[in-house]
Amino acid sequence: MQQEKKKGDFRVVNHAIPRRDGRAKVTGRATYVSDVKLVGMAWAKVLRSPYPHAKIISIDTSKAAARPGVYGVLTGNDLEGINPYYGHAVKDHPLLAIGKVRYVGEPVAAVVAVDERTAFEALEFIEVKYEELKPVLTHDEAMAKDAPLLHDRVFEAGALRGFEGDTTAGKGSNICQAHHIQWGNVEEAFKNAAAVVEGEYYFPMTYAYAMEAYVAIADVNDNGVTVYSSAQHPFMVRHDLKAIFNLPVSQVRLVVPFVGGGYGSKSYTKIEPLAAACSWKFKRPVKLQLTIEEAMLTTRSDDALTWMRTAVDANGKIIARQAKILMNTGAYAENSPLVVEKSTNRCVGPYSIPNVQIDNYSFYTNTVPASSYRGFGCAQVTLPGESQIDELAAKIGKDSYEFRVMNAAKNGEEFFPKMRPFEGSLKQDLDIAAKALRWNEPAPKGRAKSIACSTSDAGAYPLTSTAIRVHADGSVTILTGSTELGQGSHTVLPQIAAEELGIPFDKVHVMSSDTAITPYDRSTGASRTTTLMGSAMIDACREAIQQMVAMAADVLKVKTEQIQVIPGGIRAGEIQLNWSQIISKYYALPDGEVIGRAYIRKAGRFAQIPVFWETVSTGVEVAIDEETGKIDVEKLVTVGDVGLAINPALAEGQDIGAATMGLGTGLYEELVYEGSQLMNGSILEYRLPRFKDTAKEIELNLVENQDGAGPYGAKGGGEGSLNSMAANIANAVARATGVRIRHAPLTPERVWRALKEQKAK
Amino acid sequence: MTDVKQIVNLKFTLNGKAVEVDCEAEETLAEVLRDRLNLTGTKISCEVQVCGACTVLVDGLPVSSCTLLAYEARGKNVTSIEGLAKPDGTLHPIQQAFIDEFAFQCGFCTPGMILAAKALLDENPKPSRDEIVHFMDGNICRCTGYVPIVRAIQKVAGTLESKHHK
Ligand code: FES
Ligand code: FES
Repeated sequence: MQQEKKKGDFRVVNHAIPRRDGRAKVTGRATYVSDVKLVGMAWAKVLRSPYPHAKIISIDTSKAAARPGVYGVLTGNDLEGINPYYGHAVKDHPLLAIGKVRYVGEPVAAVVAVDERTAFEALEFIEVKYEELKPVLTHDEAMAKDAPLLHDRVFEAGALRGFEGDTTAGKGSNICQAHHIQWGNVEEAFKNAAAVVEGEYYFPMTYAYAMEAYVAIADVNDNGVTVYSSAQHPFMVRHDLKAIFNLPVSQVRLVVPFVGGGYGSKSYTKIEPLAAACSWKFKRPVKLQLTIEEAMLTTRSDDALTWMRTAVDANGKIIARQAKILMNTGAYAENSPLVVEKSTNRCVGPYSIPNVQIDNYSFYTNTVPASSYRGFGCAQVTLPGESQIDELAAKIGKDSYEFRVMNAAKNGEEFFPKMRPFEGSLKQDLDIAAKALRWNEPAPKGRAKSIACSTSDAGAYPLTSTAIRVHADGSVTILTGSTELGQGSHTVLPQIAAEELGIPFDKVHVMSSDTAITPYDRSTGASRTTTLMGSAMIDACREAIQQMVAMAADVLKVKTEQIQVIPGGIRAGEIQLNWSQIISKYYALPDGEVIGRAYIRKAGRFAQIPVFWETVSTGVEVAIDEETGKIDVEKLVTVGDVGLAINPALAEGQDIGAATMGLGTGLYEELVYEGSQLMNGSILEYRLPRFKDTAKEIELNLVENQDGAGPYGAKGGGEGSLNSMAANIANAVARATGVRIRHAPLTPERVWRALKEQKAK
Repeated sequence: MTDVKQIVNLKFTLNGKAVEVDCEAEETLAEVLRDRLNLTGTKISCEVQVCGACTVLVDGLPVSSCTLLAYEARGKNVTSIEGLAKPDGTLHPIQQAFIDEFAFQCGFCTPGMILAAKALLDENPKPSRDEIVHFMDGNICRCTGYVPIVRAIQKVAGTLESKHHK
C-alpha cells in the first residue's frame, strides 16, 4: 500500500485542480477521431442485415461497385488472406457476415468510396439474396430443445478473456457463457431460516449512448496496420488486429485521441477490423463513421432475468442467498462472458453471507450483441439484490438502513472466499447517506426515500506499465496507455506525477494512448486507471528520481547516500539542485532526459483479485404521482468509498454522472424488441435523462480513509453509483405505495399498471 | 448514370468574418462548417435534432446545424464554438465557468452546450434554475448528470450560491 502521505499532506493530489483538457474542450479544439482526416482518405458505409437469422445465398456488388466515386465493395466473400473472426473472449465474431447473418443490423457489406455520401448512395445497389432461418430471440427460445444453433463452429478461446475460468461458447448449444459460485450449504440454510424472500426480477437491455458514435480510420499498408479509433482499450484492439492480419505486434498501431464518451460501450474491439479490412482491400486509408442508429445496432448491455431468494436468521442476520440468472447476450459474445462472471460475483453485494449459490447463464440470441456497460453486470443483479434487502427488512419489521448496517461487510473481512478482503467502510458510508436523506424524518406525503449500496470486484486484470520522461528544462512528459474518455485521466495522472516529483502541475504533460509510443496498459475501464495507472505513475516517478540521484552523485562527486531528495530536486550538504540542473549538468548540455519506468502485474499489492472493491452507497427521495405513475427524483445522494480522491471534483463528477445513468435505467431507459426488430433504435425513441430530470437537491460525498491498494490508498470510482439506482427507485415506490415492482425501468406506465392491479385486488 | 449534384454558392458571416463557400444543395450547415471550412468544434451526434451537440447560433438563436440546410444560413450571422474566445485567447465567461465548475467530461456535448447557454444568457442574463433547466432541455449530456452545467450557467449569471469545492 502506497500511503506514506496522509490526507492534508498533499500539494497537488487530493485537490480539485481544473481539468487539463479544459481549454481544448471549451474552445472546440479538442480532437476526436470523428474530426480527423488523412490525405487520400476514402469513406466506408455499411449495408446491414434486414433479417435476424438467415443464410446469405448470394451477394451481387457489381452495380454498386460500378458507380462513380466508388472504389469497391467488401463482403464476407472477399476476406481470403486474413483471419476474419475476432474476439478477446471467444473468436466468434466475423468482421462482416460470412455465409449467415445473426441479427437485424449485422454488417453484410461495406462500400468504400470517395466520400461518405457516395458510399451511402451506393448501398442500395448491392443485391443480397437471403434464405431466412428460424430466429432465436429470448432466453427461453435459446434454451428450447429444438432451438436452432446460432453458431455451429467450434471457437478458439480468445487469449485475453479477462478471467481464469473456461469459456462455454461454441460447445453445441446456444449457451454463450455459464458461471457458478457456491459456498456454505444453501439448502440447509433456507430450511433453517427465520424468514425468506423470493422473487423474479428483470433488468432491461440498455444503450450507453456515448454521444460520439463509433468511428475508426484505418490505414493498412506495407508498414503494417495503423488505426485511429474511439476505442477505450487500444491495446486489446491491437491484439485482435494483429491476429486478423497475422502481423507482429510491432506492426499494429492504435491511436486514440479524445473519446466522446465510452461508459464501457467502447471497450474491446468494435468496428476497427472492418475499417482495416476495407483499407487492406482497397489500398488506401478508410474512415468508417457510424451514425447513432448504427451504434445502437453495434453494442448494448446484457439484460438479466434473475430469480433470487435471500434468508435471515432470528437475529436478523442474512444467512443465505441463492440466485439463478439468465442473460440475453445477443449474436456475439464480445465481453459478455466477463459480464456473466462479474454479475455472478456481484449478486452477493457488500454483505457477509455464509451460504451462497449463484448460477448464471448467458445465451446467444438473434439480437444486437451485448457487451460491457458501466458497472459490468452489477446493476443487473443489484436490482434483485438490493430489492430483497428491503423486502426482507420489511418482512421482519426492521428498518432497511439498519438492516444493511447490521449485515455490512467490515473492513478487512474475507466476505467473499478467495478474494481480496473487503476494503472500505460501508457502515460509515451508509450513515452519511442516511444523514443526508434525513432518514429518521418521515418523507412528505406522496414521497418516499430509499438507501441502497453495492460493491463490485473492480479494476479488471492488473497489467499496466508506464514511462515518464523528465526533460532537461525540468518539464515532464508522461506516457500512458490510459485513454481520456472524460473521466479525467489526463488530469489525475499528471497530478500524481507532480506530487511525486515535487513540481508544479503545469509542468507535467500527457501523451496518451498510442500503442506505438505509450507503454502497455491492458484497458481503460472497470474504474481501474486511478488505482493501477496511478500506482504505476508513482513507481515510474520514484524510479526516475533514483536515477537522478545517481546522476547528481556523479556530477557532484559524492556518494548517493549523501544525497537527500527534496521537493523538485535534491540536496547534498549546502548544495541544492533541481531536476533540470541535474540533467543539464549530467549531459553537459541544456538538453537530454531521464526516463522512469514502471510495470504493474498481478503480484505484490495487486496479487489478490480484485484490484479493489468499488463500494458506493446511494440514496434518493422521490415523489410518486399515483394518478399517472410518474416518478420525480427530488433528492439524490451518493457516497463514494474511494479511499482517497486524487481529484475530488472529478471523483464527484463520476459519481453524479454514473448515478444519472443509473436513474435512467431505473426510470425509463430500455431497448425494446418486438420480435426481431429493435423498436426504439434511435435517440428519438430511446428516452435518456435530460436537464429536466435532474434532482432538485443533490449531495455528493466522498469517504477517504486511504484504505485502497492504489496510490496513497486510493481506490477507483465511476461505476458504483449507477449500480443501486434502479433498486432505489423500486424500493422507494414500495415504501410509498406498498407495491413491489420487480421490473426495471419503472416507467410511468409500469408503475401506473402495478398500482391499478393492486387496487383491483 | 452520373448524378448531377447541384452546387450552390454560399455567403454568410461566420464568427464575425465574411465567408464564401461552394457546397452541394443538400449539405447541412454542420457539414459545411466541419468538412468545407474545417471547423470541427461543432459536433455531430444524433443527427435528428434531439441532442443539441451540433448547436450553433444563427443570428443569435440556437439552431441544430445537423438538420439546417447550409443555404438557409445565407446572409446570416453564424457563431460556432470557435468564435467565442477573444482573438488574444481570453475565454468567454461561459467557457471559463465550464472549466471552473467541471461542467464537462468527454466534452462532446460541450460546444453545443456552451452556445445554447450563451443564447440563454444573452436573452436572459439572470435566469432562475427552472429557466435554465427549461431552456437547456434540448441539449443532452451523457457524462455529467447536468448539475455542474447548471452551476456553470448560474456562475456566469452571478446567482451561484456556494463554492462547492474546498
Ligand atoms: S446532432 Fe444535431 S441535434 Fe443531435
Ligand atoms: S461531457 Fe460527455 S456528453 Fe457531455
